[in-house]
Amino acid sequence: MIAISQQEPEAPEVAAPRGIWKVSVSPHVKSDESVAKIMWTVVACLVPPLILSVFIFGIQTLIITAISVASCVGVEYVTQKSLGRKVTIGDGSAVITGILIAFIIPPGVNYLLPVLGAVMAIYIGKHLLGGIGYNIFNPALLARAFLMATFPVAMTSAWLPPLQDLAIFSYLGTSIDAVATATPLAVLKTQGMAAFTQQFGAAPNVYTNFFLGWRPGCIGETSGLFILLGGCYLLYRRYITWHIPVTVLGAIALLSWIFGGSGYFAGDPLLAVLSGGALLGAFFMANDYVTCPTGRKAQLIYGLGVGALTVLIRLKGGYPEGICYAILLMNPVSSVLDNWLKPERFAPVQGGA
Amino acid sequence: MPTLLTFPKGGVHPPEAKGLTAGLAIETMPLPAELELVLGQHIGAPCSPTVTRKDEVTEGQVVGTVTKGLGVPLHAPAAGTVSALGVSAHPMRVTTPSITIKTNREIAPVQYSRQEWQGLNREELLQRVQNGGVIGVGGAGFPSHVKLSPPPNNPIDTLILNGAECEPYITADHRQMVEKSAEIVEGAQVILKILGISNCQIGIENNKPDAIAAMTEAAAKLSTPQAQVTVRPMQVKYPQGSEKQLIQAVTGRKVPGLALPSAVGVVVHNVSTARAIYDAVVLGKPLYEKVMTISGKGIARPANLLVKVGTRVSDIVAHLGGVTPQLAKIVMGGPMMGFAISTLDIPVTKTTSSVLFLAEDEIDTSEHSQCIRCGWCIEACPMGLEPKEVGIYVEAGRAQDTGQFGVFECFECGCCAYVCPAKRPLVQFVRLAKMKAKR
Repeated sequence: MIAISQQEPEAPEVAAPRGIWKVSVSPHVKSDESVAKIMWTVVACLVPPLILSVFIFGIQTLIITAISVASCVGVEYVTQKSLGRKVTIGDGSAVITGILIAFIIPPGVNYLLPVLGAVMAIYIGKHLLGGIGYNIFNPALLARAFLMATFPVAMTSAWLPPLQDLAIFSYLGTSIDAVATATPLAVLKTQGMAAFTQQFGAAPNVYTNFFLGWRPGCIGETSGLFILLGGCYLLYRRYITWHIPVTVLGAIALLSWIFGGSGYFAGDPLLAVLSGGALLGAFFMANDYVTCPTGRKAQLIYGLGVGALTVLIRLKGGYPEGICYAILLMNPVSSVLDNWLKPERFAPVQGGA
Repeated sequence: MPTLLTFPKGGVHPPEAKGLTAGLAIETMPLPAELELVLGQHIGAPCSPTVTRKDEVTEGQVVGTVTKGLGVPLHAPAAGTVSALGVSAHPMRVTTPSITIKTNREIAPVQYSRQEWQGLNREELLQRVQNGGVIGVGGAGFPSHVKLSPPPNNPIDTLILNGAECEPYITADHRQMVEKSAEIVEGAQVILKILGISNCQIGIENNKPDAIAAMTEAAAKLSTPQAQVTVRPMQVKYPQGSEKQLIQAVTGRKVPGLALPSAVGVVVHNVSTARAIYDAVVLGKPLYEKVMTISGKGIARPANLLVKVGTRVSDIVAHLGGVTPQLAKIVMGGPMMGFAISTLDIPVTKTTSSVLFLAEDEIDTSEHSQCIRCGWCIEACPMGLEPKEVGIYVEAGRAQDTGQFGVFECFECGCCAYVCPAKRPLVQFVRLAKMKAKR
């Protein structure tokens, strides 16, 4: 808003009052949406899966999330202060990053990991690239990739079996090694379908368990139900659109069905969507405003790309789970897609520009 | 109810806020002691005064003419004495040359009576429109007789009257459509005769059912095979009153690039311009009065006022009982495209359709933050542009490189800035870009 000081011309006395009124360029009214409102709504949508994670893996998920959020907010505050920028920790975006970092690391990790992840995400991934809106990569996923590279053992083995009796404190103080298990996708990848069925059950029980979240996995990724509920609420509020989640999940389901089994068209598409971080990635990370394309057509291609890369990494790559790297690989393609698929102009000026 | 028309791409639906004045009949404001007639009332050349200080003028007398270029004469809105040829405050130009008339309230207002116009030919009718000082009073201020003489290589088949009034708060056209429907329809028929066509469509947004009813009735009563007037209800969506969007909503035709509506066989006039044309041609009354909406929580008594051109905002405020303590911003025009003014000593012109006195809770003063690339501005833009990119380029000091984003196609409707969750001043960025970008 630009204030204009203006010399009042000589005018006869009038009965009306004189005062200082605000002056700015139109429009003078604006919608009641704001960045903070969007971000805090997303935070609210992430709270149910967080609470559920406590009952699946124990109270330490809450501790890890709290450490992660506090670290992200703290790193953002220190970074912005030291760079002489306006402190924007109130807009909720660092809180989201904090929750998402916790959501995509195993529940049995050392409490130092989320702190290091927060530094990577907020300091390097976000503010060194220009702050909110200017980061190329999703900060939370960058943190996960960083932790995967620096703590590969913890990040690929600190899995906990779901609690059967809601004894949420039972993992505190126990050695993770004693209870550690493997994630369904890892079992499937390394030991095959027979071992998977033996360990996690057969359809339809396995679908139910996976949909509700009772399976080993990262803190916030296991409950398909709660993630879907949050995603649907964001769709209802029109904060997100269907384009990216549907194409990501559609591509994962289709390609897993075609290539995921022992022969062609023998894979299990439902299992592919319910396992790993597919749902969390599709609804809360692939469609991150900053790092995804803005055009609808570009979003469809982007979503298909994320889905295809996810399946490629899951089936042919070294990791059992792929959506993190798939999104990170597609992130820098966003602006290319947007430049390629510009919105259709109503009345382009001939010979202009 | 027939299906409601609208344009397909973009647009927003801000709170309408028309309830403050929608039900209030048009009221005539008493003649103020002084009138300041801005010489540049319209797009094109400003008028040169034809009177000097201390001259006596009568109501409707020509006081300014355009000597060269495009324009229409300026008339004295009331009898009185010219007290000064000076400058007036102006919302856009800061100051602008003007004629000040000290009005004489002793002299009774002129009474106009109906004159025969059906027998006049096209040139005679156009002359009356021009002599009546008629310009597009909806806001653009383009001289109407020029708009009524489209290039001969583009055959015209449709006249569209713009009764969308899509800006929040404003109800001036709405009230005129309710109270002066027969005059508007006859004005449309004058235009049809000038254009030599028979088809007029009046686009009215569906939030004005009483205006749709009144106009439909008047159109049914007055329509003839040579001058068919049809009312077309439209969805409520801003910026439907924009020429290109209105033409697409009503006819489905797309006006290309910088072309005029005549390129697709259409001429568009505002309903209140049709009424001004009725006044000029049928009554012989020049355009020197204007119905305007005075609204917002910042004014003691919101109203739809018939105001003499040249009346100062301060006189309007005094007539309506002053401003309220909550007043935070004064806007000439609508809240989406109007200009904020910093003084009450500004005279209204032929194109002023409203003066809004807005309280703190009606405006937005939040600080803007960095673009989060949500893409909402792209969704909202009716012209299919990328406002976010323009903003990012301007902030990066690269305003000169924004031509690629089609900034010159932008008509600054403000949809992008309205929806922006980061509250970015995107219209301001676009204006800066237009100043620096190469065409």
